[in-house]
Amino acid sequence: MSAQISKEPLIRVIKRAERPPRQVTMLRALALVLAIVAGGVFILCLGYNPISIYGTILSGAFRSTMAVQATVKIMIPLLISSLGVTLAFKMKFWNIGAEGQIIAGAILASYFALYHDTWNHWVLVGVMFLAGAIGGGLWGLIPALCKVKWNTNETLFTLMLNYIALYVVDYLRDGPWKDPGSQGFPKIARFSKNAMLDKVLGIQMGWIIALILVVVLYIYLRYTKQGYEISVVGESSPTAKYAVMNVRKIILRTMFLSGAVCGIAGMVQATGSDITLTENVAGGVGFTAIIVAWLAQLNPITIAIVSFLFSVLEKGSSVVQSSFGLSTDCADVLQAIILFFVLGCEFFIRYGFVVRKKGGAS
Amino acid sequence: MDLFIKFLVAAVLAGTPLLFGTAGEIVSEKVGHLNLGVEGMMSIGACAGFMAGYYSDSFLIALIAAALGGALGALVYGVLTVTFMANQNVTGLTLTIFGIGLSNFIGVYALSFSPNGTLKLPEGITAHMRSIHIPGLSDLPIVGELLFSYNPFVYLGVVLAIALSFYLSRTKTGLNVQAIGENPAAADAAGIRVIRWKYINILLGGAICGIGGAYCSMIINSGVWISNCVGGLGWISVALVIFAGWKPANAIYGSLIFGALRVLKYYVPKSYVNVPVAVYDMLPFLITALVLVVSSMHKSKGVNIPASLGLNYYREER
Amino acid sequence: MSQKESMTSAIQCHQITKTFGPVVANDKIDLEVRYGEILALLGENGSGKTTLMNMLSGIYHPDGGSIEIGGKAVTINSPVDAMNLGIGMIHQHFKLVEMFTAMDNIVLGTPEKKLPPKVLRQRVLEICQSVGLEIDPDKRVYEMSVSEKQTVEILKVLYRKAKILILDEPTAVLTPQETQKLFAILRRMRERGCAIIIITHKLQEVLEISDRVTILWKGKSIATVNTKETDRRQLTELMVGRPVVLSIKRPEPKNVATSIQVERLTVNKPDGTVGLKDVSFEIRSGEILGVAGIAGSGQKELCEVIAGLTKAESGSIKFHGEELLGKSPMEIFDLGIHMGFVPEDRLGMGLVASMGMVDNMLLKSYRNGKGPFIDRKPAKELAESLVKKLEIVTPGVETPVRLMSGGNVQKVLLGREIESNPSVLITAYPVRGLDINSSYTVYDLLNEQKEKGVAVMFVGEDLDVLLELSDRILVLCHGHITGLVDAKKMTKEQIGLMMTGSTEQEVIS
Repeated sequence: MSAQISKEPLIRVIKRAERPPRQVTMLRALALVLAIVAGGVFILCLGYNPISIYGTILSGAFRSTMAVQATVKIMIPLLISSLGVTLAFKMKFWNIGAEGQIIAGAILASYFALYHDTWNHWVLVGVMFLAGAIGGGLWGLIPALCKVKWNTNETLFTLMLNYIALYVVDYLRDGPWKDPGSQGFPKIARFSKNAMLDKVLGIQMGWIIALILVVVLYIYLRYTKQGYEISVVGESSPTAKYAVMNVRKIILRTMFLSGAVCGIAGMVQATGSDITLTENVAGGVGFTAIIVAWLAQLNPITIAIVSFLFSVLEKGSSVVQSSFGLSTDCADVLQAIILFFVLGCEFFIRYGFVVRKKGGAS
Repeated sequence: MDLFIKFLVAAVLAGTPLLFGTAGEIVSEKVGHLNLGVEGMMSIGACAGFMAGYYSDSFLIALIAAALGGALGALVYGVLTVTFMANQNVTGLTLTIFGIGLSNFIGVYALSFSPNGTLKLPEGITAHMRSIHIPGLSDLPIVGELLFSYNPFVYLGVVLAIALSFYLSRTKTGLNVQAIGENPAAADAAGIRVIRWKYINILLGGAICGIGGAYCSMIINSGVWISNCVGGLGWISVALVIFAGWKPANAIYGSLIFGALRVLKYYVPKSYVNVPVAVYDMLPFLITALVLVVSSMHKSKGVNIPASLGLNYYREER
Repeated sequence: MSQKESMTSAIQCHQITKTFGPVVANDKIDLEVRYGEILALLGENGSGKTTLMNMLSGIYHPDGGSIEIGGKAVTINSPVDAMNLGIGMIHQHFKLVEMFTAMDNIVLGTPEKKLPPKVLRQRVLEICQSVGLEIDPDKRVYEMSVSEKQTVEILKVLYRKAKILILDEPTAVLTPQETQKLFAILRRMRERGCAIIIITHKLQEVLEISDRVTILWKGKSIATVNTKETDRRQLTELMVGRPVVLSIKRPEPKNVATSIQVERLTVNKPDGTVGLKDVSFEIRSGEILGVAGIAGSGQKELCEVIAGLTKAESGSIKFHGEELLGKSPMEIFDLGIHMGFVPEDRLGMGLVASMGMVDNMLLKSYRNGKGPFIDRKPAKELAESLVKKLEIVTPGVETPVRLMSGGNVQKVLLGREIESNPSVLITAYPVRGLDINSSYTVYDLLNEQKEKGVAVMFVGEDLDVLLELSDRILVLCHGHITGLVDAKKMTKEQIGLMMTGSTEQEVIS
C-alpha cells in the first residue's frame, strides 16, 4: 500500500493542565503590554512617535480638573452599561443589545423630563431614574421572552432591537416630540433645569449612581441567592434544572435587570450630560461596554477600573486629535487591539503549542 | 410605472452592498463561525478599496485591495476563533469596533494630506464605476433600465452569489464545508481538513464583505470619502443571512427586498401614505427581527442553520 | 516483535503515552493486531481503550511512543493519514452529519470527485450486498435508528476500503439479534483479511468473536491472551486488575418497608420516543435496589422522573402513599421528602464545574434562610467536614471542582447528597471512571445509607458489582422491565439475558 503520510505538523495544539491563577494574571498583563506595543507599532507606521502619543493620551486625560471631569463624564455611561451587560453575560445570554436598552431607558426618562418638568425636582429625578430602568428593562425583556419561549437567537435579536430603538428616537424627534421652537430643524427640546441631574464635584451625579451600582452589582452577583442562580444557569442549564431552579424565570428576571441597568445609563446620559434626547444617546457605548465587561472578566470592581482606563483613552485621544490631528477613532482601535490580545491569551490558560521535535519520527 | 422602475433600480443599488455582506457572512457561517465583524470587515474593505483607488486610479486594484482588507480583518477573527478558540461573539464584535475605528482613523489621516479638505476618487476610476452601457441591450425599454443599467459591482455581486451557491450545494468541497458547519468532529473523522477549510471560508467571506465595503465608500457617496460610510449595512447583512436561510442565491432577492425597504421612503407618494420616515428606516430591522422570531417559533430539522454555529472546535476535546 | 508470525502484523504500538492535562489516559501501551484476526480490547470504563483507538484513527496525537502499520513506522497526524493507511474507526458516539443522507455521509471527505447520485447510490448498495448490510442511501441520518446509524458508520469505513477496522463498543446500543448480524459481518471481513479491533467490556462477546484479547487496566496494557486459551474468570481478573472476589459488603436489610411505589409509569425522552413504558416496582427503605440494563434503556428517565426533574406521561409515583407526580421538586421537599440524587453527568449536572466545593454544597440548599442573601458559613463547614470525612484531596474548598480528580469529584457530589439526610437516594453510575479504592468508598457510603434506613437505588453497568451490592435488581430493556429479582439468587448470565430482552420467567425456567 502506498500511503501518503503527511509529516508531523510543525506546531500543534495540546491541552494542558490549567494554569494557576498567578500565571493567568501574568498572562493577561503580558497581553496588555503586547497590545500597547502593537498599538505603538501602528502609530509608528503612521510616522508619529508612539511614546509622545501615549504620553499625550495620559496627560490629556489628567491635565486639568476640567479634563478629569470630562474623563469621568465619558466613563459614566460606559461603566453603568458594562455592569448591565455583565448581568446577562454571567448567564451566558449574549445581550448585544445594550445600545438599544440605553436608548429605551433614555426615551422613557425623557418623557418625564419633557412633559412633567414641573414636578418637584427630586420626585422627578426619582421617577426619571425608575423610568430609565423600566424602559431599558422592558427592552431587554423582549428578547428574553422569545428566548425562553421559542429559543430565539438572542445575539441577532438584541442587535435588531438596537436599531429599532434608534429609529424610535428619530420618529419622536421628527414628530411628536419635535421642538416647536427649533424653526423646522428636527430636534428634541433641551430639558429644563428642573429635569437636569445635579452636579456633584462639578460632574453630573451619574458618577455616584455608577459607583453605587458597582457596589450593588458586586454584592448582588456574589452574595445573593439570585446572583448565585445566575452563575449556575450560566454554567450549565442541566445543573440549574438539577438544583430545581426556574431557569425561565431566572433568564427573564436577569435580562430585565440587565436591560434596566443599561436603561439607567441612558437616563443618566440624557438627563445628566446631553440634557436632551438625541439618537446619539448611546453612541456605541453599548458595544464598548461588551469589550469592557469581557476584559474585566465580568467582575464589577475590575469593570470600574477598565471603564475608567477606557475613558482615559477616549478623552486622551481627543487631545491627540487637537494636538496631532489624529482622529479620536484611535481610542476604539486601541481598545479593540487590547481585547484582541487578551482574547488570544485566554487560550494559553488551558492550551499550549508543541513544536515538532527535531528529526521526529515521520 | 416610470416611478416604479426607478424604485426597483434604486432598490437594486441599495441592496448590492447587503448582497456582498450577506454572501460573505453565509460563507463564514457555513463552517460554523458566526462572525459579527461584518460591519468591521466591510469598513476595512471600504477604506482599503477607496484609498487604493484614490492613489492608483485603478478599479481593479481598488477591488483587490478591498478584498484583501476584508480578508485581513477576517484573518484576525479566524486566528482568534479557529486557532485560539476565543469566543466568537466577542471576537466578531471587537472586529467591528476595530474595523470602523481603523477605517475612520485612516480616513481622517488621509484627509490631513488632502489639499482641499476632501477625498474624491479620480476621474479615471469613476469612469469604470459608472453604469455599464451595452449597446442595444441597455437601450431596451424597461428591460434595459432594469437589467442592464448598473455599475459593475451589481453584476459582480449577483455572479458571486450564484457561484457561491453552486460551490456550496453542488460541489464535493461544498458538501465537505457544509459538514464542517453541521458537525466538525464528524467532518474531521471523515478526513476533511477542518481547520484549513474553516480558514479558507472565513477569509473568503471576509474578502467578499470587503468588496461590499468598497461599494459603500466608492459608489454610495459618489466617490467622496466620508466617515462611517458602511453605516450599519454590515449588521443588516448579518441579519439577512437568517432571512436568506443560509443560501447565497436567496441572498440575491433578500438583499433586493431589504434594499427596497431602504429606499421605499423616497418613492411612496406622501399624498397616499403618510408614514414618518423613521418607520421606513426601521422596517428592515423590524422585519428581520420578526423573521428571526417566527423562524424560531417553528424550528424544524429543515431549517438550514448550521448546527455547530458559534461553537469552536478542538479535535482532542473529550 | 522479532518473532516471525504466521500472519503479518497490521498495527504495532510501542509504549504509546497520552495525557490530558493532569490525567494520564494511556501509559506506555503496547498493542499488536494482525491482518486476518479480530482483536478484542477489553477494559473497564476509563481504562484508556477509546483514547488509544483515537490515536490510531488520528483524532488524538500521542505524547510518546511509536506506531507501525504493516511493519512501517508512521505518524498519524489526522484522520486523513489514518484513512490513507487503511484505518477506519467506528466511533461509539457516531460521527455522522445528522442533516445529510446516508450516502452523503458515506462519501464525505473522500478524495474522489463528486459522483452523480445515481452512481453513488449504486455503489453503496453494492457494498451493502457484498457484506450483507441493509440501508436506504437516501434516508437522512436524523431519521435513523441507532443500528441504522451504525450501519452508515460501517459503510463509511468499507467505502474507504479500510483494511484495519476499529469498532468502539459497537454492541452497547444493539439488540442481541443486531449484535449477531454485526458479528457475522465482522467475521466476513476477517475472512477477507482485514484486521479488526473491537472495544468492549462484555466478556461474552469477547469470547464469542475475538481471536485474541488485549486487556487494558488504568491506562496500561497488562496482558494479551489467546481467546481459545482463556475464560471468563481469567479475563475478569485481568480486567479489574485483581481476582474478582469483589467482596463488597452486603449487610442484611433491616426494617424493610415500601418507600417509593411506582405504578404503570410511562416517560418519554425529550425527542418524543419512549423512555419508560408502563413500569411498576417499589423502592424499599433499608435496601439497595440495583438497576441493570444496556446503556440508554431508560435508566436516565427513571432517575430523573423519581427525582422530580422530568415529567411523566402517565402513571404514579407514591412516597408512603403521597403522590409525587405533578408536584414540583419544591413542593416535594416541603412535604419533608428529601431526595438525594447523584446524576450520571457529575460535572455537567450534579455540580458546577467552575465553582469550588463551598459553592457546590449550596446547589440544593442555597434557598435556605430568609432574605435575599446566601449564607455560606454552613456550606463552608460542610465542605470542610466532607474533606476530612471522605478524605477528599483538593488544594482548598474554594478550588474549582473541575480541577479535582474524578474520584474526588464523586466524593464531593455523593457527600453532599448524603449530608442532606435523604429518605431516598438515587445514584446513577456512581463508580464510573473511579479507581477501585474510590469505588469501594462509594459502596461503603451506600451501604451506610442503607443501614440508616434510606431507600437506595443504584444504577450500574458492572454486573458483578450489581450482584454483590444490591438486594434486589431491576432489569430494564428498551424502557420495559424485564425482571425484578433477588440479587442473591441470580447469576450474571441470567441478568445479561434479561438485559437483552428475555423475561424473568424464560430465564429462570
